[in-house]
Amino acid sequence: MSTTRTPRAPRPATRPNRQAAHRLALLESMLRVRRFEERCVELYSAARIRGFMHLYIGEEAVAVGVNEALTADDAVVSTYREHGHALARGVPAEAIMAEMFGRVTGCSRGRGGSMHLFDAGRRFYGGNAIVGGGLPLAAGLALADRMTERNRVTCCFFGDGAFAEGEFHETANLAALWGLPLLLVCENNLYAMGTALARHQAQTDLALRAAGYGMVSWAVDGMDVFAVEDAARRAAEGVRAGTGPHFLEMRTYRFRAHSMYDSDRYRDKAEIEHWKERDPVEGLARRLREANELTDKARSALEDRLATEIDGAVAAAERAAEEPVEDLLKYVTSPVEASPP
Amino acid sequence: MTATHTRTAVPTAPADRKTTYREAMREALREALRTDERVFLMGEDVGRYGGCFGVSLGLLEEFGPERIRDAPLSESAFVGAGIGAALAGMRPIVEIMTVNFSLLALDQILNNAATLLHMSGGQLPVPIVIRMTTGAGRQLAAQHSHSLEGWYAHIPGLRVLAPATLTDARYMLAPALADPDPVLIFEHGSLYNASGELPADAGPVGIDHAAVRRAGTDVSLITYGGSLPKALAAADDLAGGGISAEVVDLRTLRPLDDATIGDSVARTHRAVVVDEGWRSGSLAAEISARLTEQHFYDLDAPVERVCSAEVPMPYARRLEEAALPQVHGIVAAAHRTVGDPMPASGTDEAKRLPVHREGGLR
Repeated sequence: MSTTRTPRAPRPATRPNRQAAHRLALLESMLRVRRFEERCVELYSAARIRGFMHLYIGEEAVAVGVNEALTADDAVVSTYREHGHALARGVPAEAIMAEMFGRVTGCSRGRGGSMHLFDAGRRFYGGNAIVGGGLPLAAGLALADRMTERNRVTCCFFGDGAFAEGEFHETANLAALWGLPLLLVCENNLYAMGTALARHQAQTDLALRAAGYGMVSWAVDGMDVFAVEDAARRAAEGVRAGTGPHFLEMRTYRFRAHSMYDSDRYRDKAEIEHWKERDPVEGLARRLREANELTDKARSALEDRLATEIDGAVAAAERAAEEPVEDLLKYVTSPVEASPP
Repeated sequence: MTATHTRTAVPTAPADRKTTYREAMREALREALRTDERVFLMGEDVGRYGGCFGVSLGLLEEFGPERIRDAPLSESAFVGAGIGAALAGMRPIVEIMTVNFSLLALDQILNNAATLLHMSGGQLPVPIVIRMTTGAGRQLAAQHSHSLEGWYAHIPGLRVLAPATLTDARYMLAPALADPDPVLIFEHGSLYNASGELPADAGPVGIDHAAVRRAGTDVSLITYGGSLPKALAAADDLAGGGISAEVVDLRTLRPLDDATIGDSVARTHRAVVVDEGWRSGSLAAEISARLTEQHFYDLDAPVERVCSAEVPMPYARRLEEAALPQVHGIVAAAHRTVGDPMPASGTDEAKRLPVHREGGLR
């Protein structure tokens, strides 16, 4: 994909104070997503995880970089490819793994599975498996903040596929019209399920189109966590300053198929390999090594720590109880006191 | 000031007061907006226009554009925004012009409002109220006339209300807003101009129970919303023929009040379900099935159904009337349940309810 018309996110006037510790934290966060999902693949193959499962491998820089710009008070609305968003948001690996095992200790008590992770306490609003379906919801969260004068950001992730849905256009219009504090993060991984961007969008420059709604819109290298973080900070600052919704087109790529069921026949191996050369996790690790900020020993210790964390999550999920069948009809409606006739 | 004498208070019964269904709805909205600052009204033309059926007329002046919020013609976005706002602590009332348009927001209503509580394992209740017009009878043809509330009544996670009386129009909104879960309120378009006395003692109503609007012993006419006046007129007609019909107003279409329906049929042993939805897969089908499951041995006759003809609603008045449940059809069905073939002269055209043509989309 090539375009030169889209405005690129400007360099911030002052670069974030990016200490080595911060850079290492970004790497750790991305590696957690990567290793967690690699374990998910094994567990899926062993039929411990069932249902549809969509992996984020290759896109880790987006979730991690954007999350750096958000506070605990902000809200995140996500898609069905949300393991990375949830982990970056701080949802514990254990709660996510238990959810995929369908256990009562899962972050949705086993009722959601891979596609419907929720954590109300962390203001993580899913987990939406209808393409574009989370967008109006995010506008509503932002609207509530606007009406109650809370200075919070609602961040909504969605893919390039959602650009073909009315939901995107209705929401973009509404959000811009009402000046809502909304950060729209489009993860353009070049494929809507198995259909390439050029085969599902009349105009493939998504940031350009979003700009048409009167929103500040930037295209960002979604494989570079620093670029993502910079752009997300600038956009979130703009949102907090009351200048209305901002749109970020994250140009990224998923290294694996759309879902575990997808045989990935619609992409060239060469294309995948080309993008893998820009692996956001290994790319950052390489940069840190070159800057003498990450030794082989430190990398190995980090890997061990993550493996232990994920082992623990899997073991806890294995041990966890399942919701009793008697509770099947729980949470369909809230318990309500009887009202007068 | 010192009282020089005492006056004996003469107790006077508070007077009923004349109002319309539209005004009763507006009063309910006004009360909700005044008593809870989390409440706001959002929808197409609810503000400057005053509501396409005039329900919210004057509210913009009183509460301002933040709380009486005109939305673009984006049903999915503004219904979804209502859901998001509800998640964030607001109490939105979202108005959709007609049930036909609600299909553009069906994804948000079904896939988000109705499911978020369950999918999140109880973490995310969605306290939203969605109001919309339903029903035919105003010659608005197929894309403004359908009765699809039965579809919504199919969906677990939603509560579905159909106020048919002035009291319910006035007092169902408050409990709907107090409900922590999504509540859909269906207002039949032919009821807005209905006028009458709002009883002085009218007060809070529940949203769990059906109501017996007229007691009877021979047959239960089970209905709701815009068909209630027709069922009551049919009961009058039947009384003239010596048949005592009980009229049950469902009021809440989901969850259905099995007890009230069942008690009535246990008394009358016969049932006619009147439902403006299409017969196939209708709410009437559900009620009929439940009566068969739960009251088979109470029944002295097969359950009868009076539904809309299985046709997209036509514009021509004669055809529209023929497509809709009418008084004479209800009367005929009731006669069949008592094994009393309807006398040929029993259908009195003059007794049909007039079709409301006013009060439509302006």
